[in-house]
Amino acid sequence: MPAVQETVERVKAIDVEQYKYGFETTIEMDKAPKGLSEDIVRLISSKKGEPEWMTEWRLEAFRRWQTMREPKWARVNYPPIDYQELYYYAAPKKNPAPKSLDEVDPEILKTYEKLGIPLREQEILAGVEGAGSRVAVDAVFDSVSVVTTFKEELKKAGVIFCSISEAIREYPDLVRKYLGSVVPVSDNFFATLNSAVFTDGSFVYVPEGVRCPMELSTYFRINERNTGQFERTLIIADKGSYVSYLEGCTAPARDENQLHAAVVELIALDDAEIKYSTVQNWYPGDAEGKGGVYNFVTKRGDCRGANSKISWTQVETGSAITWKYPSCILRGDNSRGEFYSIAISNGYQQVDSGTKMIHLGKNTTSRIISKGIAAGRSENTYRGLVSAHRKASGARNFTNCDSLLIGDKCGAHTVPYIESKNASAVFEHEATTSKISDDQMFYCLQRGLDEEEAVALIVNGFVKDVLQQLPMEFAVEAQKLISISLEGSVG
Amino acid sequence: MLQINNLVVEIEGKRILNGLDLTVKAGEVAAIMGPNGSGKSTLSYVIAGKEEYEVLDGEILVDGENILELEPNERAARGVFLAFQYPLEIPGVSTMTFLKAIMNAQRKAREEAELTTPEFMKRVRAAAEKLHIDQEMLRRGLNVGFSGGEKKRMEILQMALLEPRFCILDETDSGLDIDALKIVAEGVNTLRDPARAFLVITHYQRLLNHIVPDTVHVMANGRIVRSGGKELALELEASGYADYREQAA
Ligand SMILES: Nc1ncnc2c1ncn2[C@@H]1O[C@H](COP(=O)(O)OP(=O)(O)O)[C@@H](O)[C@H]1O
Ligand SMILES: [Mg+2]
Repeated sequence: MPAVQETVERVKAIDVEQYKYGFETTIEMDKAPKGLSEDIVRLISSKKGEPEWMTEWRLEAFRRWQTMREPKWARVNYPPIDYQELYYYAAPKKNPAPKSLDEVDPEILKTYEKLGIPLREQEILAGVEGAGSRVAVDAVFDSVSVVTTFKEELKKAGVIFCSISEAIREYPDLVRKYLGSVVPVSDNFFATLNSAVFTDGSFVYVPEGVRCPMELSTYFRINERNTGQFERTLIIADKGSYVSYLEGCTAPARDENQLHAAVVELIALDDAEIKYSTVQNWYPGDAEGKGGVYNFVTKRGDCRGANSKISWTQVETGSAITWKYPSCILRGDNSRGEFYSIAISNGYQQVDSGTKMIHLGKNTTSRIISKGIAAGRSENTYRGLVSAHRKASGARNFTNCDSLLIGDKCGAHTVPYIESKNASAVFEHEATTSKISDDQMFYCLQRGLDEEEAVALIVNGFVKDVLQQLPMEFAVEAQKLISISLEGSVG
Repeated sequence: MLQINNLVVEIEGKRILNGLDLTVKAGEVAAIMGPNGSGKSTLSYVIAGKEEYEVLDGEILVDGENILELEPNERAARGVFLAFQYPLEIPGVSTMTFLKAIMNAQRKAREEAELTTPEFMKRVRAAAEKLHIDQEMLRRGLNVGFSGGEKKRMEILQMALLEPRFCILDETDSGLDIDALKIVAEGVNTLRDPARAFLVITHYQRLLNHIVPDTVHVMANGRIVRSGGKELALELEASGYADYREQAA
């Protein structure tokens, strides 16, 4: 309930700055020339000091990508993207891998502070605060991981948490074994592009039997103009381990569109559990629909071991276009996949998001709870696939998709696909669509709430089942974001 | 406290209120009675500020200030409360959450400090008990799955917690059995105060046996056609509204 109050305070504060993260940072950048070619791919690889096998891996992806076409099946519309007009590499200058926060450009630290992640503070507080409430952060600025906190402490527990570039250099065996093993190089147009040009991202390895002692978190920020951001995240939870990971995203407000095409791969071995949460707040474009991030993301988790579990929770409030389907491959017997989603669209945003639960192993279970909220002139589509393969006896899925409409110029759509090749599989699907009525609004206003407060209250009620899935530290932040993104949705 | 002068209101081109005049003083309980369709709910909505009604003429003064240009929440902050004839359901928002949000919203509008959780709980418990509302109900979505009588009691609970200065009760008695009616009437009576005024809208005399009004107004065709003391209600009970219908026709 104090959170509701915070929401209220928050809405009051945002009159002046609609998109509070829309600031730009002035930092000297080291940029590769515009456009994409084998040379650029080689350049990226050499800038990162990568071994030969990695360069080859990228080149293979690039060659593959040249034969592919952009997918068109999603319910999103955008002008053609000229891939030769983008920059594929941009890194803050004087940046040979900072050893500690002191070596990081103060401008960058300031940026992260504005984003609400006081890195410095976190490290200072490290010894003081009780464990559990601390969060280790990997901050990615345009193409480069700027700093990772709590590294040493994690190392003591045996947990590897670093940038993917560092992992390629320091832990090549792990990377070679798992990279591309969940999302193959040729998976889809955007994933293949990412495989060729990914510049940074996070790497996590939790060894057998280890429960990661703190939340791990990555903040991604696009700053440079016309820069594509292609992060690559790889998380491996070895047998019997557990890790909770959170990803946050922002970008400055710009007139032109920014491209973001990330790939996230999760691997859970026997009895392991990965909880992956996202609070996505890319710039959504202005009130007329100009600018904003195009977010084409491939996220997939592989429950490779028996009794493993992968849980995706996402709060999607930003981006002009969202094309995103975090999925689970339930390979191990008795494995479990979960997908909890809040997707909010306002203004001219277009969201096409959902999940895939692929049941391969015996007695695998999955659960999908999706809450779509459409306001303004936005379009919000849930697209989901639940499938059971021949050997997936005893597979069970429960899906619940609710849509809430605010106003009458927006649209919500639900596109569920179900495929079952095993007679013993049981799939349940529930869906509802509701609308905040004028009478409900008047009722709330009569009791003293203003329009923004009333919408925030109703929406927070609508999404609370999913908010509960987020780690505590982020639930409040997510709740604030929800009300910010619905600013101006009524009246 | 409330003064309405020559109020003319239309909805969808249809005239509903026809030059209505009404005065309610501080401390007064005024009853409005009238046949169905005479415009009683319309009057209550227009006072509360519902958007779709078009006010063509007249004014509504609360403590001398014309409130017609104010948003509904601004009117609420000035102490206008309407207990709805048909309270709305808000799924997903627990009654407790809703109560706290509205109490704090009004406190904020009046630049008062937010209630602490223990203080809030104390107030809600005390008020709920008086209205025989159990804790389980407070945890459910607001008005979701509540019976007609429970919804009406929930309206009175909100009124008790918000402590408004000008309370409109629109057919709060409809759908209540006699026991519930007594509970609701008791709830209203304890709020009677020299600084507070009530406008009790009802179709039947029955409620007025329990909430005894100071004045009674008869409404027909969008106007107050007769005013008097509490005995007027009894007279209406005996003779019905037939006279007024004809008069209006
Ligand atoms: N939203 C509306 N649209 C059209 N007519 C309406 C609307 N609301 C009320 N009316 C009409 O206005 C008249 C008065 O209604 P109302 O104020 O509800 O009367 P009462 O509460 O006295 O029964 C009725 O004829 C009713 O049909
Ligand atoms: Mg009525």
